[in-house]
Amino acid sequence: MTELASESTAQRDTLSITVTVNGHAYTADCEPRVTLADFLRHTCGLTGTHLGCEHGVCGACTVLVDGRSARACLTLAVQADGATITTVEGLATGNTLNPLQEAFWDNHGLQCGFCTPGMLMTATELLADNPDPDAAEVRECLSGNLCRCTGYDSIVRSVLDAARRMRG
Amino acid sequence: MKPPAVRYARAGDVREAVALLAEHGSDAKVLAGGQSLVPLMSFRLARPSILVDINRIGGLDRIEQDNGSLLIGAMARQRDVELSDVAAAAVPLLPQALRYVGHVTIRNRGTVGGSLAHADPAAELPAVVTALGGDLVLEGPGGTRSVAAEDFFTGTFTTVMAPDEVLVGVRLPRLPDRTGVAVEELARRHGDFAVVGVVAAVHLAADGTVDLVRLAASGVDSVPVRLHAAEAALSGARPTADVLEAAAATVDASIHPTDDVHAPASYRRHVARLLVQRALGAAVERSGAER
Repeated sequence: MTELASESTAQRDTLSITVTVNGHAYTADCEPRVTLADFLRHTCGLTGTHLGCEHGVCGACTVLVDGRSARACLTLAVQADGATITTVEGLATGNTLNPLQEAFWDNHGLQCGFCTPGMLMTATELLADNPDPDAAEVRECLSGNLCRCTGYDSIVRSVLDAARRMRG
Repeated sequence: MKPPAVRYARAGDVREAVALLAEHGSDAKVLAGGQSLVPLMSFRLARPSILVDINRIGGLDRIEQDNGSLLIGAMARQRDVELSDVAAAAVPLLPQALRYVGHVTIRNRGTVGGSLAHADPAAELPAVVTALGGDLVLEGPGGTRSVAAEDFFTGTFTTVMAPDEVLVGVRLPRLPDRTGVAVEELARRHGDFAVVGVVAAVHLAADGTVDLVRLAASGVDSVPVRLHAAEAALSGARPTADVLEAAAATVDASIHPTDDVHAPASYRRHVARLLVQRALGAAVERSGAER
């Protein structure tokens, strides 16, 4: 018991953490200051998660942590130790886009594409919780994700179209 | 930017967290959801030497009804409280106010305790806890103590918590059935911190007079402000339009807004009075409904 307690309260400069990302387990030594976003990009090599503002405003780095959306720039990698993560790379199956990605493609839901990973991950959570959202609900859900190209209309249209496709 | 180098310790229980804080004093910071602390570190506005992670302490995330009050553990995620039937039944003001906190993605990780300990004077949760006269439960080396909300917040981002104390939870009195609640906020965009926010709860007696009113404003002082004079003006009265207007007129003397980049103080005064009138009106209208 004593050993366990001292183990848990050990004060560390680095930690070995294991994170399962899109079905693959990654184990690495990690400084506490490393954000989950940088861990995904640098340690896992998954650069689909984009960093725009790095302080939780733009939403580009949104990923799913244990099924729920989180800002990867506001989550330290050490906090995700043991968690299951889905990033934008986990949406398609090989070269086959999932219905949400396809709807973005068909509705011009992206222009430069920088914000798109965050948009997709935020919308993934929305559609899992609410398969039939109206446009106002989509707009509210995406209000934490900034896009500098589209003016949002085509993104909202994409999400609504995806919802229709996924309902079948 | 990136957070600066920092050491890290995972507390197994509250006692361990307190011991770590006692060892490191104000160089240590408690890490809960990290939705305020991590960006502050990235901006280098906070440079703790060690983070004390309380995320893995069992039982700190409870949401329970107990003896006429709602008990929320410090690590309860804001989104979980927002969606909790237990919280909605006991304190319906809470889920309503939480919808104004950031975005779903932020609330998924952000915690009730983190928001209260961070003590942003424009934030919603401190205003709710202040309006309802909640108690904050702190644990330190000497044991546990309970602090009333109006004594807890002492200034912008400042509370009475000692550097070696951990906020473990908050206790809110249950609102009687058929209490009407309302949140009114002026913000530039949904999810932004409010320029001014008002939270209200009103219960009517069988004869139509107000027998319970709770009211607080955010963004109008360095701390959330319980609007006692407005409550007194409404208490025992029939909530006619004139009475609501008279109650709102008392607000000016209760608040101390300052000019900043978002709005001048005079505008905040004007908006506070308006939002109080709206929030009281909405709460009165919603009172009497079953929940």
